[in-house]
Amino acid sequence: MFEIFQYDFMVNALIASLLASVAFGIVGTYVVVRKIVFISGGIAHTAYGGIGLGYLLGINPIFGALIFSLGAAGFISTMRKKESQFEDTLIGIMWAFGMALGVMFINFTPGYVPDLMSYLFGNILTIPDSELIIMFLLDLFVIGIVVLFFREFQSITFDEEYTRTLGLPVDKLYLLLLMLIAVTIVLLIKLVGIILVIALLSIPSSISINYVKSLKSMMLLSIVLGIVFTTVGLLLSYYLNLASGATIIIVAVAAYLISTLHLSLKKKRFKLV
Amino acid sequence: MKAIEIKNLYAGYDNKVTLENINLVVEEREFLGIIGPNGGGKTTLLKILLGLIKPFKGEIKIFGQSLDKALSQIGYVPQYSNFDLNYPINVWDVTMMGRMGNTGLLKKFSKDDKSIVEDSLRKVELLEFRNRLVKNLSGGERQRVLIARALTTKPKILLLDEPTASVDSKTGKNFYELLDKLNEEITIILVSHDIGAISQSVKKIACLNRTLIFHDSKELTPEMLEATYHCPIDLIAHGVPHRVLDDSHLETH
Repeated sequence: MFEIFQYDFMVNALIASLLASVAFGIVGTYVVVRKIVFISGGIAHTAYGGIGLGYLLGINPIFGALIFSLGAAGFISTMRKKESQFEDTLIGIMWAFGMALGVMFINFTPGYVPDLMSYLFGNILTIPDSELIIMFLLDLFVIGIVVLFFREFQSITFDEEYTRTLGLPVDKLYLLLLMLIAVTIVLLIKLVGIILVIALLSIPSSISINYVKSLKSMMLLSIVLGIVFTTVGLLLSYYLNLASGATIIIVAVAAYLISTLHLSLKKKRFKLV
Repeated sequence: MKAIEIKNLYAGYDNKVTLENINLVVEEREFLGIIGPNGGGKTTLLKILLGLIKPFKGEIKIFGQSLDKALSQIGYVPQYSNFDLNYPINVWDVTMMGRMGNTGLLKKFSKDDKSIVEDSLRKVELLEFRNRLVKNLSGGERQRVLIARALTTKPKILLLDEPTASVDSKTGKNFYELLDKLNEEITIILVSHDIGAISQSVKKIACLNRTLIFHDSKELTPEMLEATYHCPIDLIAHGVPHRVLDDSHLETH
């Protein structure tokens, strides 16, 4: 069964899933405890506009995606500061507008646009070494920021209003957290694609939250789960000849269902006792 | 000494006025209950005193200082029912949050911070629960964690938003006994829409619905309530164990 390691693309794919799981687990923990899955979805889809722009300008679409998703993070943060009542709607509009811009930019791009589908649905099997290095650096960045601001992020995600009364720069910290989410999403686009990125950002953490006693252990368990889901998904997709991104997500969702079932059985048993 | 002095205060959101011409003097070590219907401006008043929103006009003095300078003297106990119970965090870490404003960004908690947190948890009798997850606490215990967190800033004034009175089965202690004890050193303001939550502990009562009615006493007259809630209220219907009303009013009721 180890013959798959003969293929460079498979080795790269496994390294990529490992690197991505680290960022997934850490940032996904905040996304789940702060309940900002929808906001993260908005940031991810807006990034598509940047990918289109990247193709149009002939630069690496990842950089375009980075600019658009950071812009989306800034937009959401500004809206929150103004306490807009339409935050939800505006994120939805931003979501659709980003996608539309992406389609438009690609329309204007002369010639055939090669791996556009891979940005939507992911293609972990085409990740070059250079991309791995970018992923690794972004991982270091995510870890660095979270180590520095662990306490602050914990406080704003647990009780934002109280943190504000302490005189901490809550709006800036929140923006930083959103930017971290944006960077992570871009990092993961190649792996599972924009459409599926939200599942891997939220599923490992929403399973682990039920089994842990602190944010730190939640992050660690989420990372482990992320590695398991991506590796199992990759192997399955290889042997069954399925699309890698979709297989990874189906593995993750299956694990989520099993965990939910397990928890509800545990509760029932508890009630019987 | 006057702990809080509010003069001609107007406040609200956008162009909507929710507080109109508020005047209030709270003496040091007072225990004031403010009741009023939801949407009557209680939250606005709290947010102003916490420095979260700015009033349209009016003057606020805290121990003779301007509010901006005195914000650190005010401790805040939010409604415990607002919290996400799934958040994986223990009693110690929640209480420790209160020290963040004093340590500053990117700095570690000092030994002093830790001993202050220990003291605060001891005061609310939760020190032995320090490692327990917040989700495994009872409602009353959760409320006491939030009080401990507020105490870590060593406030001179404590603001409680919609506290729920509950007798804790483990310590057998009444929530109000704890507040009474804290009140020996700290001025307490308790805000609630529920008349039943205003108990014996409260030394004085004010009614708030856009305007504030306060006679500097504990007496709560049917007239005050009618003016606040805009409808006659049966004071006995709540099953309030404590007598808030002046007896003569009850007899004529």
